[in-house]
Amino acid sequence: MRTYHQLTDPDRSGLAAQIGAQRQRVAERLAGVRRIVVVMSGKGGVGKSYVTANLGRAAARSGRAVGVVDADLNGPTIPSLLQDGDAPCTTHDRPGPTSGLDGVRYVSMGQFLEAGAPLAFKGPSAESFVWRGAMEASALREFLADVEWGALDLLLLDLPPGMQRYLELCDILGNPPAVLTVTIPTPESRDAVRRAMRAAVDHGSELLGIVENMVGGELKGTAADDLAREFAIPVIARIPWHPTPDAWNQLVTRIPDARRTTDDAR
Amino acid sequence: MKFLCVECDQQMAFAERDLPGDGTLAATFKCPKCGRVVAMLTNPMETQLVSSLGVEIGGRTVPAEPFETVRANVVTGGPSWSAGAQERLGRVPSFVRGMVKKIYADYAKERGIAEITPSIMDTARAELGLEGM
Repeated sequence: MRTYHQLTDPDRSGLAAQIGAQRQRVAERLAGVRRIVVVMSGKGGVGKSYVTANLGRAAARSGRAVGVVDADLNGPTIPSLLQDGDAPCTTHDRPGPTSGLDGVRYVSMGQFLEAGAPLAFKGPSAESFVWRGAMEASALREFLADVEWGALDLLLLDLPPGMQRYLELCDILGNPPAVLTVTIPTPESRDAVRRAMRAAVDHGSELLGIVENMVGGELKGTAADDLAREFAIPVIARIPWHPTPDAWNQLVTRIPDARRTTDDAR
Repeated sequence: MKFLCVECDQQMAFAERDLPGDGTLAATFKCPKCGRVVAMLTNPMETQLVSSLGVEIGGRTVPAEPFETVRANVVTGGPSWSAGAQERLGRVPSFVRGMVKKIYADYAKERGIAEITPSIMDTARAELGLEGM
């Protein structure tokens, strides 16, 4: 009996072609984006969204066109950090990005859910772990491909803790995105963030640098310096508990240029 | 996934897809040589897995709509808002917009209304005494 790869007749379902078309749609939508930067950390609660939102605002104030994708689908916080109450929101029927504070464009699952409601999908509840990850990856793909971003100088992606969303992004973008790492000073954060950074390096991402957040308070440690030494990358900002706008403005100037992430794969 | 007619040693061709509405999927495949037809029946979990990839067994006949997966699968927890209703809501001052939105959403939910339109808003305003909102 012949095996799968020996059956070469055209496949009317064309599932592989459909997946390819999805990725092409992402590439076409992001063709007008000059830089894509993922803000991530292996640790929760270090302020990734806070850093993302304020970095985006500072970059926008400096004259750049900035977009933010809230890739934390289960704990979206970007709307509360960037929301400009008078701007129309992204919805099913309005795929334009929401214009937030300082003109930062963003999209977030929070805009599709009722206030306080958890992210839930229709479908069989039993064994939902089988398909839920794929569903979340598809939602993220639609945030990238279906939002009419327009020309952007910088697109920031605010990732949830852990590595899963980063790995999905590598697949969706077709190339590993540049990574900006956020940590707090503690050794516990250092150890968790190290794993994430190592995974990013293993997948070929460029590490742009480390932002150490919540500096100068009760949190003690040298996480940023330890990681910078280990990965031979700079600590590009140390953000105190009550940063001034100038702290964010300086961060913008210290992020090195990232290569486009969709160029090589198409 | 491919199907082989072992007797003819022929790859079977996709023939038809059916979604009976109970979360399952049926797809039939036909041998181009002998005409034998087989049906692939997927359980709700398998069907959902295919759906979550944003692909269609048998191929797409129309291009994907924006937010197709989110639109079809995310439980938003409330009625949808038509473009006209959103536009009208956008004219409500931002400091009370959330409260006004909740009033209309609660009105729609209590009455089983799936989509809030300007007409529904007019009716709700009249019934609830919300003139000016």
